[in-house]
Amino acid sequence: MKRFIGFIKKEFYHISRDKRSLFILFGMPIVQVLLFGFAITNEINKVDIAILDHSKDATTKEIINRIAASKYFSIKQFIHHETAIESAFKKGEVKAVLNFEKDFGKKMVTEDQATVQILADATDPNTANTISNYIRSILQTYTAEVNKNIQLAYQIEPKTHLAYNPTLKSVYMFVPGVMTVILMLVSAMMTSISITREKELGTMEVLLVSPLKPIQVIVGKVVPYVFLSIINAIIIVVLGIFVFQMPIQGNLFLLAAESVLFIINALSLGILISTIAATQQTAMMVSLMGLMLPVILLSGFIFPVSSMPTILQIISNIVPAKWFIIIIKGIMLKGVGLAYVWKETLILLGMTLFFIALSVKKYKIRLE
Amino acid sequence: MHKDHAIHVENLTKMFGDFTAVNNISFQVDKGEVFGFLGANGAGKTTAIKMLIGISRPTSGKANVAGYDVKSETEMVKKSIGYMSQKFSLYNDLTIKENITFFGGIYGLKKSVIKEKTQRLIDELGLNDVADKPVSSLPLGWKQKVAFSVSLLHDPKIIFLDEPTGGVDPITRRQFWNMIYREAHKGKTIFVTTHYMDEAEYCDRVSIMVEGKIEALDTPKNLKAQYKVDSMNKVFLKLARNIE
Repeated sequence: MKRFIGFIKKEFYHISRDKRSLFILFGMPIVQVLLFGFAITNEINKVDIAILDHSKDATTKEIINRIAASKYFSIKQFIHHETAIESAFKKGEVKAVLNFEKDFGKKMVTEDQATVQILADATDPNTANTISNYIRSILQTYTAEVNKNIQLAYQIEPKTHLAYNPTLKSVYMFVPGVMTVILMLVSAMMTSISITREKELGTMEVLLVSPLKPIQVIVGKVVPYVFLSIINAIIIVVLGIFVFQMPIQGNLFLLAAESVLFIINALSLGILISTIAATQQTAMMVSLMGLMLPVILLSGFIFPVSSMPTILQIISNIVPAKWFIIIIKGIMLKGVGLAYVWKETLILLGMTLFFIALSVKKYKIRLE
Repeated sequence: MHKDHAIHVENLTKMFGDFTAVNNISFQVDKGEVFGFLGANGAGKTTAIKMLIGISRPTSGKANVAGYDVKSETEMVKKSIGYMSQKFSLYNDLTIKENITFFGGIYGLKKSVIKEKTQRLIDELGLNDVADKPVSSLPLGWKQKVAFSVSLLHDPKIIFLDEPTGGVDPITRRQFWNMIYREAHKGKTIFVTTHYMDEAEYCDRVSIMVEGKIEALDTPKNLKAQYKVDSMNKVFLKLARNIE
């Protein structure tokens, strides 16, 4: 045991003296959470739009005022001819144009129907979609108000309730996602690099010749990263709570326990990588390509798994991060207990045991 | 088993698939002997040494190191030997003191013993000024001397040195060999591989491995007489050419 503590102390020396890994360890989570939380967002805010008003009557004026008053849009310019629409888009001055037809107000009264065209710049499809939805909703509200005194025979009025994230804050989605990415990165990449470093420098041989057992060497390399990963998870959750006012609905102990399970899963993957990779470079490439990309793309972190092609949906099942994201989203946002995520937990546990068994087997072969 | 032999090897063989890296070698090393283990790159030296220090399992044959069987008593073998590898074996980002403390620690030495040994080692090598500096700031020759001293920390009976002087200047090599002799005088057995043939002359006995087999084993003097040449280098060249 004393030998083991000495070994762990040595690992902390390595980590604390390597400025680059220190930055990866503690800079990355903070930078990523802030970046995803503030910069990358699906919400729209003060989007520049242009108005092409062929009618210029009281009704269009009222609608334009409402749009201008909302916090989502700012009216950048009024254009006077269809030909100007394209140039406004091309210059990138506006993201959308509202084109009111001639005699808009009059038609509304006399024909019960008037048309306004929404043109959105779909080079960014998500934003275009959001913009047109927001404008539509403003128009609907207006129509409803105008029709207030008229009794329609039949009317369906949908009442939407957005559960667990009523204001649709994207940071609610990013905090669990970033936590998953960071834990995977720190645990798997850093351990695989730190083990292959010993192999590369030849010190691994010296360790194996010593009375330390191979399992002690591996566990000793892994333990510091378990601590650091836990600290990272705490940093991310604290940032989420205090900087982004993200509520944690569920049990913190369950959250912690699931995180530790995922950390161990990632660590065992890191060990597995280090048994195949001979150099630090290879270990890093394998971790980045083999782990980071699936974690970011296939886990449901950014792109919902349910809207992927079937083949990718099937592949996503072998990405541990997918299951972890389901678990922590459930705990953080829905406040569910183990009763709701036991299946995912079991899958994660199974994967972890499998990776550990595999790396133990691989490790033995290497010693032959 | 011969109790007076530090190392006793019988018909030791290591296969990797179809390739025979070490082919049925047998030899003995006496206690207190400086034994040179020579061979060209790829001759099987490193594979043989790995089997003797217990990190590679023999395919067949027997090897007894410090009285323990390398297959069944690996842990005891590891406790009885010191090892310094071909690649540099200290941690560059740790200070000299931290390195010594770490290696002393993994061999299970007591704190007080480590402290005392660290001070003695630093005094002997004259490293007082740099003891708290990272090892990376030391010249290679000094690093190798420290690495050698570190491999002696737990007072092993046998020391395995795998190309300890690679890339080191002639003066430091000479000093290094003085350190080796000093340990041999204390009764320690030294098992050293090298590809500097002048160093082969310093050994009590040398074995020369060619393509997995030991082709010659005797004192440098006898070998030179046997092959009728005046240096170990020529012995080596003759042997290598004959095989081809």
